[in-house]
Amino acid sequence: MNRIDETFIRLREKGETALIPYLMVGYPDLETTGKLVLGFEKAGADIIELGVPFSDPIADGPIIQLASEQALKNGVSLTDVLSLANNLRQQTTIPLVLMTYYNPVFAYGIEKFVRDAITNGVDGVIVPDLPPEEASLLEKVACEAGLSCIFLLTPTSPPERMRLISQHSTGFIYYVSVTGITGIRKMVCEDTGEYIRQLRLVTQQPIGVGFGISSPEHVAQISSIADAAIVGSAIVSLITNHLGEHNLIEKTSQFVAELKKATY
Amino acid sequence: MLPDTLGHFVISNDLFFGGRFVPETLMVALLELEDVYAKAKEDKKFQDELTYYLRAYAGRPTSLYFAKRLTEKLGGARIYLKREDLLHTGAHKINNTLGQVLLTKQMGKPRIIAETGAGQHGVATATAAAMFGLECEVYMGCEDIERQSLNVFRMKLLGAKVNPVDSGSKTLKDAINEALRDWVTNVRTTHYIIGSVVGPHPYPMMVRDFQSIIGQEAKSQILEIERRLPDCLIACVGGGSNSMGLFYPFYEESKVRFIGVEAGGEGIETGRHSASLGSGNVGALHGSLSYVLQDANGQIIPTHSVSAGLDYPGVGPEHSYYKDTGRAEYVSVTDKEALNSFQLLARLEGIIPALESAHAIAYATKLAPTMDKDKIIVVCLSGRGDKDVQTVSKILEE
Repeated sequence: MNRIDETFIRLREKGETALIPYLMVGYPDLETTGKLVLGFEKAGADIIELGVPFSDPIADGPIIQLASEQALKNGVSLTDVLSLANNLRQQTTIPLVLMTYYNPVFAYGIEKFVRDAITNGVDGVIVPDLPPEEASLLEKVACEAGLSCIFLLTPTSPPERMRLISQHSTGFIYYVSVTGITGIRKMVCEDTGEYIRQLRLVTQQPIGVGFGISSPEHVAQISSIADAAIVGSAIVSLITNHLGEHNLIEKTSQFVAELKKATY
Repeated sequence: MLPDTLGHFVISNDLFFGGRFVPETLMVALLELEDVYAKAKEDKKFQDELTYYLRAYAGRPTSLYFAKRLTEKLGGARIYLKREDLLHTGAHKINNTLGQVLLTKQMGKPRIIAETGAGQHGVATATAAAMFGLECEVYMGCEDIERQSLNVFRMKLLGAKVNPVDSGSKTLKDAINEALRDWVTNVRTTHYIIGSVVGPHPYPMMVRDFQSIIGQEAKSQILEIERRLPDCLIACVGGGSNSMGLFYPFYEESKVRFIGVEAGGEGIETGRHSASLGSGNVGALHGSLSYVLQDANGQIIPTHSVSAGLDYPGVGPEHSYYKDTGRAEYVSVTDKEALNSFQLLARLEGIIPALESAHAIAYATKLAPTMDKDKIIVVCLSGRGDKDVQTVSKILEE
């Protein structure tokens, strides 16, 4: 059992939903990302998702694309993300999950990546362009090392893929609540509840919901049906809006605190 | 038969090319497409309909033309040109779009999207969409919109919406990114017509099959004219659809050399080129594993070519397979060499080739003189150069 599993068990006992904020590592810069993680933890975040910048993020909307581009301009690589994790691990026990496209991991070497992820205190990995059909090596090595391999399900995934992904995913199952890319949306897609009800019939695993979850109202809605709410673009956009301001960390952490309140 | 059921072109236990490296949202659509395509491939009615449109609408078969004056000038092997430039819309791209539009009709999807670099695939898609009454949107990088403005206007005339892509390098790679994002969002109503032998399975296999008509015709034509197989096939490689279409029907003919010509841009040594097979590493881009131009951290690096259609950091997975198994050789020629051949072919044969195809011609002009006069080279003239006239005139003035 790793820190992700422990977190879900603890929250389940308390009747709380996990709040998982997303940050693009290196946006606006590496040092700030580190401070934001610690600020978010204080504000009540339960797990942190750390985005690894990539030149061609096909599952991301403009907000995260821009952050990714900026992080790459800052020279941030997967190696930097792992050393940030290491640095954070000296200061906190909050579970850290990497969100990375496949190519940076492939270029790093899959075995080496899993080994270094564990050594540096990373608890799980989400690879949005790696369906289980192509993931056998990563899954095998990750499973041996105790790194959670979190797979995604989407509104277009039929029942047979619900079962497939439930069998493969460890840590939790990431339900993408929209047919589309990351971004801020006005409403939670109304089919989400029904899909998760169906999913519960085939799995005991915790279910996190992300993509488009943008406000405390959305988080409250997700809390009534799922085990975790994942918020990305809304946070990254807030960072963009407060760039260069001295209270950037305070402001964004405050938003995280409001999101967390909605999970009780 | 290649690839296997997962779309893998397997080299060894540790390495394959191809696959499906895509967001989960697209998996069902890819599985459906694989299924619909597998049925269509065996369905005589579908094949007859496709053949009808290829003949009556697109103008197949295209001729295999003996380039007499070019051959004489070079003084070596006999050069034949497979005249895909004579097709409706001016390039081989229509072979694939007609096939995929027919599949779209079978799937009952009302909307199609496409990416385009040089604009040839965009025009071919817009054309097929117009003929079948489908809604069509084409993604095109801002830089390419500028250098291929004639094709942008053609697409608009044909009723397509052209969406400029301003992200990244503003060229073909980014147009594909944006088309994939559109597809992830609208997958229920939309079919994505990928224009080359790239992307997730089944695209590399399916586009190869649709383009194989090039090689099938060339094979029977050369047998009829010369009573024997050619010694060498030459075609340009961006994503690699015209070259794969020419090569594939000769795959089992092991004495026929395959030569793919990549864009050497300003020279491989300058780093400003698009030679993915020549100087890339294996990586995952746009849904499949293949040779990719990337840095040590797995970030895709900017490419350059005078020809928008070759300006791409990836390449079809089956070409990577041909490279690693030694079935094909991959070389590159520079912008300058391609421009020279663009003019050479115009003057000697009265044919203005697309800048993409001019790369294949350029390599043929190097190779032919080293071969005996009884040897035969078939070059794929994948498209005509009207779209490039402005670009070339600008460069020549400078």
